[in-house]
Amino acid sequence: MYSSMIGGLKVTQNQASKMIGKQSRSFVYDAFVLFFHVRADCVKRRYIHKMVKEEQPESVNRPDNTAFTQQRLPAWQPMLSAGIIIPGFVLIGLAFIGIGVALFVTSRSIQMLEMDYTGYEQNSPCFKCSDESVKNCMCNLDFNIDTLFKGPVFFYYGLSNYFQNFRRYGVSKDLDQLSGDMDAFLDPTSDCAPYQYDGNNKPIVPCGAVANSMFNDTFKLYQIVKGVKKLVPLDGKGIAWWTDYNIKYRNPTVKPLKNAFNGTVKPLNWPKPAYELDPSDPANNGFINQDFLVWLRTAALPNFSKLYRRITEGDYAEGLPAGNYSLEIAYNYPVLSFDGRKKVVFSNVSWMGGKNEFLGIAYLVIGSMCVVMSIVMLIVYAKFKFPEED
Amino acid sequence: MTWRSPLAVVRDAWRSQRAREKDLRNLVSNLPYEGLEKAKQPNRYFPGNAIKTTKYTLLLFIPMNLFEQFHRLANLYFVGLAILNFIPVVNAFQPEVALIPICVILSLTALKDAWEDFRRYQSDRKLNNTPCLIYSRKEEQFTERRWKDVRVGDFVKVFSNEIIPADLLLLHTSDPNRVCLIETANLDGETNLKQRRVVPGLCTMDPEFDPESFNGVVVCEKPNNNLNHFKCYVESPDKEKVGAGIESLLLRGCTVRNTDHAVGFVVYAGHETKSMLNNNGSRYKRSRLERRLNIDVFFCLILLFTMCLIGAVGHFVWLQALPSVPPYLVPDSKGHLDSPALSGFYMFFTMIILLQVLIPISLYVSIELVKVGQIFFITNDIDLYDEETDSRMQCRALNITEDLGQIQYIFSDKTGTLTENKMVFRRCSIMGNEYPHKENAIRLNILEEAESEDEVLFNQRPQPSQTGWSLDAEDTKPGDKHHHPGIQRKSKVSGNAKGDVAFSSPLETEVIPDRKLLQQISRPEFRIGSRQEKEPYMDFFLALAICNTVVVSMATAQRRRGSWFMPSSSTNNPLDTMSTWMKRASRIFTCWRRKPKQKRAEDSVIEEDHFNASVIREETEDVNGLQTCSLHALSQFKKPALTSDNVRYEAESPDEAALVYAAKAYGFTLLARTPDSVTVRLPSGEDLVFEVLDTLAFDSNRKRMSVLVRHPKTGEYVLYTKGADYAIMELLGTPYAEHLSGSQKNIAAETQYFLDCYAKEGLRTLCITKKVVSDKEFESWSVSRRKALAAIEKREELVMDTAVQLETNLSLLGATGIEDRLQESVPDTILALREAGIQVWVLTGDKPETAVNIGYACRLLEEEDLVINMSCKNKLNCTSILDCTLEEVRRYSADPRNVDTTPDISLVIDGRTLAMALSSDLQSRFVDLARRCRSVLCCRVTPLQKSKVVKVVREKLKVMTLAVGDGANDVNMIQAADIGVGISGQEGMQAVMASDFAISRFKHLRKLLLVHGHWCYSRLANMIIYFFYKNVAYVNLLFWYQFFCGFSGTAMIDYWLMIFFNLFFTSVPPIMFGIMDKDVSAEILMGVPELYRTGQGSGEYTFSTFWISILDAFYQSLVCFFIPYLAYQDSDIDVFTFGTPLNTISLFTILLHLSIEIKSWTVVHWAIMLGSVALYFIVTLAYSAICITCNPPSNPYWILQSQMADPIFYLICIITTVVALLPRYMFHVLRNSITPSPLLQARCLDRLNSCERDLFIKEWRGFRGGGYVKRSRLSTPPSPTLETPMDNSPQSPSASDILEDEFVLNVITENYQGPGHTKDSLVT
Repeated sequence: MYSSMIGGLKVTQNQASKMIGKQSRSFVYDAFVLFFHVRADCVKRRYIHKMVKEEQPESVNRPDNTAFTQQRLPAWQPMLSAGIIIPGFVLIGLAFIGIGVALFVTSRSIQMLEMDYTGYEQNSPCFKCSDESVKNCMCNLDFNIDTLFKGPVFFYYGLSNYFQNFRRYGVSKDLDQLSGDMDAFLDPTSDCAPYQYDGNNKPIVPCGAVANSMFNDTFKLYQIVKGVKKLVPLDGKGIAWWTDYNIKYRNPTVKPLKNAFNGTVKPLNWPKPAYELDPSDPANNGFINQDFLVWLRTAALPNFSKLYRRITEGDYAEGLPAGNYSLEIAYNYPVLSFDGRKKVVFSNVSWMGGKNEFLGIAYLVIGSMCVVMSIVMLIVYAKFKFPEED
Repeated sequence: MTWRSPLAVVRDAWRSQRAREKDLRNLVSNLPYEGLEKAKQPNRYFPGNAIKTTKYTLLLFIPMNLFEQFHRLANLYFVGLAILNFIPVVNAFQPEVALIPICVILSLTALKDAWEDFRRYQSDRKLNNTPCLIYSRKEEQFTERRWKDVRVGDFVKVFSNEIIPADLLLLHTSDPNRVCLIETANLDGETNLKQRRVVPGLCTMDPEFDPESFNGVVVCEKPNNNLNHFKCYVESPDKEKVGAGIESLLLRGCTVRNTDHAVGFVVYAGHETKSMLNNNGSRYKRSRLERRLNIDVFFCLILLFTMCLIGAVGHFVWLQALPSVPPYLVPDSKGHLDSPALSGFYMFFTMIILLQVLIPISLYVSIELVKVGQIFFITNDIDLYDEETDSRMQCRALNITEDLGQIQYIFSDKTGTLTENKMVFRRCSIMGNEYPHKENAIRLNILEEAESEDEVLFNQRPQPSQTGWSLDAEDTKPGDKHHHPGIQRKSKVSGNAKGDVAFSSPLETEVIPDRKLLQQISRPEFRIGSRQEKEPYMDFFLALAICNTVVVSMATAQRRRGSWFMPSSSTNNPLDTMSTWMKRASRIFTCWRRKPKQKRAEDSVIEEDHFNASVIREETEDVNGLQTCSLHALSQFKKPALTSDNVRYEAESPDEAALVYAAKAYGFTLLARTPDSVTVRLPSGEDLVFEVLDTLAFDSNRKRMSVLVRHPKTGEYVLYTKGADYAIMELLGTPYAEHLSGSQKNIAAETQYFLDCYAKEGLRTLCITKKVVSDKEFESWSVSRRKALAAIEKREELVMDTAVQLETNLSLLGATGIEDRLQESVPDTILALREAGIQVWVLTGDKPETAVNIGYACRLLEEEDLVINMSCKNKLNCTSILDCTLEEVRRYSADPRNVDTTPDISLVIDGRTLAMALSSDLQSRFVDLARRCRSVLCCRVTPLQKSKVVKVVREKLKVMTLAVGDGANDVNMIQAADIGVGISGQEGMQAVMASDFAISRFKHLRKLLLVHGHWCYSRLANMIIYFFYKNVAYVNLLFWYQFFCGFSGTAMIDYWLMIFFNLFFTSVPPIMFGIMDKDVSAEILMGVPELYRTGQGSGEYTFSTFWISILDAFYQSLVCFFIPYLAYQDSDIDVFTFGTPLNTISLFTILLHLSIEIKSWTVVHWAIMLGSVALYFIVTLAYSAICITCNPPSNPYWILQSQMADPIFYLICIITTVVALLPRYMFHVLRNSITPSPLLQARCLDRLNSCERDLFIKEWRGFRGGGYVKRSRLSTPPSPTLETPMDNSPQSPSASDILEDEFVLNVITENYQGPGHTKDSLVT
């Protein structure tokens, strides 16, 4: 009865009862006996004290005594000091050197052939075409390969000083239009302006600066075998992202495709309308033309190269054999207006993509730095031992 | 509703405005106008009682909330940017997209506001619909209405335990004494009952009050928020004015107690009530860190403009360099190209939009969140929880938690802050005779010791029998039961919200009478000559019993909250007549007297004794418990029988109660107090009823209070005055004993001697005087008094003047010494604070001697300290003393032998000298002196001086100050300091109301500052630095990219992902860092207070740390941009595919950077860090998988997926992150290894197990602080020179001038001993 009455003494009383084993004793006596017991045993007293405290009815405002609210959660306290990080540094350094060597070797094994054909210099074969007034200019670029250029060979065209990442340029396209939305054919987004409507106020499809400025040089590669030009077959399939070709960009479902473009005009700079881009392959027309898709993926940096073709077929599946080659260029795209350059690049690829020695060197440098640093740390560690040892 | 012309409406509004603004209001009863339309109501201009605390209405929520939010500069910045984005020539993103951040922030805030407002609405509605009784003329009785129906001029009836609906002028109560007791806990937290009385002239003795008979005009002042002042008078039709003040006003929100019912006239309703006017929400203070932060935000702004300018100029140069128009340069819609200069100009704004994140707007929101979290942890700290009062630490100001970690000066009140403010009567001196009350002292000592030994002792003391308890529990709420164990816990039961009387345990209330004194007054009357000799003794005790404002309340009085006190109060004095008292006293005597002898022999026997004593007491308790209950049951609302054993006293100030209890111990029992009379039972058993003619209340200017009574037997007008000795001594007239035959001794001098002894012992002293006022004098005085009371203007002054008028020519009866014991662990706390580099000042109203003594007791002063005592009477003197002391102190501290030791100089200064020292010309010299002193004690200071001191120190030294106090006199100081801490103690809640933080014990200050302050500061400082870093590092990626896109404002990261980056991926970790990081454990911070110094001054957040982190951010962003740039150079990578690794790298860099900064990793840290990374990948992957054409023209479709299939992506991420973080990592490692900071060393200690740690702390402190506290002296203190300062100071203006004045400037190191020594030596 009284134990429920005075919550704080509940345990005390129970303890006392246990000690003397008689429940019937008066409370006063219980407490009395307990009192002596408590005096005798200091440790036990503290324990009981604690129990008494804990057993007291919870006060309304008492904060929760949890590890979280009392900020006593078990914690890992890393201590950055010379002694501790030395092994870590050595490990990181060695790993980096390993990666660096692998990258460097791989990059070295990649063959790459780069040729500028802007025609900036007078003696270059395309000099005659660099004048913008010359239309339908063709020029030939002759080169030779000493050893087998291992396949599959990737054929890129490269532009420099070309700011595809210019903000206004990058947004100047209509994604709805390009995903086959017929409404956007007749009413392109204003982002396309001023390549939205032509002078007769007819909508341009595909609209925008990106489409309008599409790269339109074409290349034919010949191997000169005993003075005879042998056409090297270029594979134009799958050069754009799979998702671009299959999901992101879509032609309208109208058949034939040409009808979808009724009432629209082709971009000003285009010689042919979109539905006639590739007469040889009907699946490569409209917006899902591979070259167009490659161009649409606006380059991040002003010097870039874009995949033109791959050499994967016939005699050249194993690569380009050593010999003389001639590249026939239909020179249409003016670049001198912005001091740009055009080039073609032949390259084969590895698991790390194209040739790039930077990454390998960077890994090697940083890896060695880490190793050196760990030696420095060792010296520091020896000199200034951690205060723990003081 | 009838139609009214607009003109009339306007006129009415204007009139009501004018009526409300008037200084005086004439209010009449509404009853004659009942039922009339509103326009005819006399009180129609005053607002009704319905309250509306909501800010918004349903319809106007959106516009009003927006308006509110746009008051914040940050939001305006956002909106400006959004608008900028809608201007086609400058936009950087899709205009709609730019609205997202502002919309998110605005809507989140609006949601929070709406929710808060809805809660307010609900509570308003509940309050407005609370039922109450309003008199209705039609029904000729009080009818039940709602609170919202109450209007000014109504008559409202309230019953016991009901809450008062509006401010009522009390017209009638059920109490025959025409008083009504109220509890103002809802208003100010004070739970002692306050007496309110019926407006004097209007009393009708009828049991029922007829409101219709009230035909006066109530003229009252304009509503104000002062809870303790109210001025009004009631003018009856015959032009007779009756004044009434706060003592007749029932305040809205208070609860009626102990009074069956009361009727009042509504003077203020609704928002004009004093409680509503006082309700002004939480305070807003700006922390020092935030002020610094704003400067850095300004630097960011400069940085932003510089970067934008670079962008604009770059764009211009780039355009200029183009030979002709390239195909990628898109003209505007009309095919027109802007000139390079104009484009550059536009580009400036585009850049602002692009780089806007550089201004860390989200930082402000984050800081608010962090502070909420920090406050959560502070308030939940179980160490700051006070079990006795069941109160947690309260944070009232929500945004200055980090200031707690930077405190340099603490200004503390003494009474109630350092001490318990539980006054125990210790000694008294009557007519120049000292009565040391040795037995009482011994008893107190033993109780104290026993207590400190173990609490269990008290816990297990048997409780009163169950019958007593169970009966009593009938009117006890079940929730209150848990207080029962607390009763037997003695000293720990302090002033609190629930335990409301000043004393709750026998320790304080029981006084064992001094035998000698007892004999003196109990000497039989018939002894020759004793009549006259005894009289002053009688008067002394009568003064103790009468001259106060103690409210007597019967133990039987129903009071829900306090009911658990009944049994304990009945133990106070179970026996009432003198003879039984003697018997009892002697019995306890024998018990106690045996103790000192046995103490040495065997502890347990003592305890047994003590135990026996309490058992004996139990028995009496039982009897009384039963008796109490039966009484209670029978006469719940009737006047209880006047017995001295069931009275208990409720005093506003604990000294008063202590005196009353002391008087009671000698048989002078205060039985009842009404506004007009006091009943005292004499030792002979006779009850004397004194007519109280006036009470001259205490104020801090007069420092005394008086009660004017008419003696029932002699019919004389007697004025009893008690007050501070220096206030009283000046007013003494003829010594009381002059007319006594044979005794010509100078009582005043004798008493003064004892007073000084008391003060040295650390006791609070009061002088008790008496004055017999002649009839004529009384007549003339009472006229001027009445005039003063009825005055509306300058009333306070007039009332005080009349008081001063009467309090002259007093006859000294004696003096009392009351002990106020130090609170638990105050010396430890002060020592720890001092070690933490905090200067502690104590500002007290006590005498210097008392203060110095307490100073030693609480280790503010050390035995070997050099104590400078400044006390001078004129300014010239003060100047010279100040000058030469300063010179000495300077010389002392400049002494090479003292170079790396802080001089242990303490300053004791009294109020008058302080006033001179604080005058504008001496201020800087004083502050300079005080700066060099380790601790300063200011005595006899007024509340205003307290705040002046704080202000001067704060402004002159530009330091962080903290003021801590518990009473109304500390409010000024608390508000003047950077941080005000209120202690919820005995003296009500004003201090707490004014404070920023409220604690219940002084010792809590230690953990609050050393641990929480340190944590909050270091957490927040580090978080803010990190935030700046984070934004700069991220935004700079965009900036570097501009160099490769012709400064055209292209972002290589999808805008949505950029928003997500700041909103989701990297927002939670810094907030968690700011709430939960723990650099050093609480144990170490408590054990090594020196660590606190790291936060003082500018601490971790300095100019250099900010710029270092900005530079680091620049470096990291350079690395994060250029390594991928070089890796992807010349490739066919497209814009977003290039941006994806950059975004990923910055995520890793930013998070790992934080990981370097995080000092301790708990589960929460891991979860949040890993969660953020996971969230990044999940959200980005999902977004780039779903969003095919969702957000033209930007489109990250399948980009992360394709990147994640490329090994180069991972290789770039790894190397870039490592290179970016390497310098910071190395910096940390090298700094930790070469010059480990104290904090780092402390962290090392943390790793040891507790036993080793304690050892280390001891050693380390000895090593580090050079034994700051107890160190061997390197040089002798300049005490010899200071003793005769005049000889040594050639520049002292006129030596004679100074010598004339009595002043003290000496080293009192040896003069004062600890209280322990003096105790014995004083007993003569």
